[in-house]
Amino acid sequence: MTPFDLTPVADVGVMMRFGNTICAEAEAAVATAHRTVHRSKLPGVTETIPSYTALFIGYDPLVTDAKTLCTTLRELDFSEQELSASPKVWEVPVCYEEPYATDLKELCTLLGKSRDQIVGEHLSGSYVVSMYGFAPGYAYMRGVPESLQIPRKPKPVADVPAGSVIVAGPQCLVTTLTLPSGWWTIGYSPFEFLRRHESDQFPVAVGSEIQFRRVSLEELSKVKTDQ
Amino acid sequence: MTTNLVVEQAGPFVSIQDQGRPGYMRFGVPGSGPMDRFAFSVLKTALNGGEDFSAIEVSVAGVRIRCSGNPVTGAVVGGKFYVDVDGKQIAPWSVFTLESGQTVTVRGADEGSWAYLGFAGDIQSPQWLGSRSTHLYSGLCGQPLQGGDQVTLNHSRVINRDRELSRPRFSRYCGSVRVVLGPQESLFTPKAIQNLLEGEFQITPNYNRMGMALRGPKLEIQQALTMPSEGLVRGAIQVTGDGAPTILMADHQTTGGYPKIATVISMDVNQLAQARPGDTLRFIPVSADEAVLIARKANVLLRDYFDGL
Repeated sequence: MTPFDLTPVADVGVMMRFGNTICAEAEAAVATAHRTVHRSKLPGVTETIPSYTALFIGYDPLVTDAKTLCTTLRELDFSEQELSASPKVWEVPVCYEEPYATDLKELCTLLGKSRDQIVGEHLSGSYVVSMYGFAPGYAYMRGVPESLQIPRKPKPVADVPAGSVIVAGPQCLVTTLTLPSGWWTIGYSPFEFLRRHESDQFPVAVGSEIQFRRVSLEELSKVKTDQ
Repeated sequence: MTTNLVVEQAGPFVSIQDQGRPGYMRFGVPGSGPMDRFAFSVLKTALNGGEDFSAIEVSVAGVRIRCSGNPVTGAVVGGKFYVDVDGKQIAPWSVFTLESGQTVTVRGADEGSWAYLGFAGDIQSPQWLGSRSTHLYSGLCGQPLQGGDQVTLNHSRVINRDRELSRPRFSRYCGSVRVVLGPQESLFTPKAIQNLLEGEFQITPNYNRMGMALRGPKLEIQQALTMPSEGLVRGAIQVTGDGAPTILMADHQTTGGYPKIATVISMDVNQLAQARPGDTLRFIPVSADEAVLIARKANVLLRDYFDGL
């Protein structure tokens, strides 16, 4: 098991931190710890939030406390599941065409590349869901190739539509709501990370692998009808 | 029996809330629920509400609701708001009866930012992930109430004699809250920690269900802002690059990359929610162990208070 620090958060939680550097090892450790904590059904635990290098564990102070929880966490066996875990792979179709790819033209200018080059680079990345954040169903994926890593825009843009495929730095995500964003919109995906009418509304677990597949405008309408 | 609650007028940020939506932060879903959980619990107890009890969270902008159909017991708890039934003012913490055609008005007055208006019955409104709490910015569980809306109340009933409820001292904002330092206090300069614990802050108008922005002495960060995003809690005091703190409230984002200098203890977040823009704020440090003991002692006090209701 990767070494970790435990820090109490007021009277409501404990932060289990696996270093401060975003890396595959820390992410795998967070995912394993998250699964183990869920499986162990620890008394008083009310909330868990996995992120790049840390797992937040929220508790009810009337049931347990940071000391008890830290002792339990140090004694939990995380090893077994680290071996057996094989991440699920999801195929996510993306249409990189107009009217969806609203920032692709500007990116071509900024990076001095053609549309096809940028699309090819985006497709060549290997993506893993590192965490959820910002808004319901916003699954942060790591894996944008270095050649395509661009800092976020200086100012967020209002009303980036739901389904937008957006990138910033090493990160990529498919938006589930129409909200402001400072990331670059390079396409649209009909894949739903938030499924409001299914029993499992968030089918894509943290740690899952994502494979993007290019679809044309015509194919997109077909994919949409099939869903 | 059914009662229709006809919203005749509603200011911004008046919304239906229940106990919230815990357990989904790992999918980016805020906990939501009442800004002042204590006031909400008092209301629920006064109206014999069950686990799924929901009520109307009223901002200082206020709401006026007309009852249509079966008579029903209502109650208001929260800040020291103005409350009237058909124009006749009643105490800010009250249980009352509404007959068909009567209206209840609740709006901000002397103290407090939020009041809870509830009824003996089951509010019918959209549900998402097991909760009726409106999530204001996503619209995933209904929208804030507006004039012209109708809310159906099933199993509406008259349960209580009209009465005034006692308003305990610990429900009021008192100008200070207790905090546990961290989890990132080590990223701040010693002067920043001193400023936090000795300085006076002011609540700015930038206060909503997501957070409360403060003005005050600078909380300088000594390292570059490079920490990876991590999970957040209600009460976390996060500090942006310019050294200005924001305290996260009910609808806060689930993750973020700004360092947290300290975290307000769970009990005191309720009082703090009742503070208003312009109010001053001081922070009193306690240890994480003390914070748990405070929560447990407070719970005994609360139980005594609830037993007396």
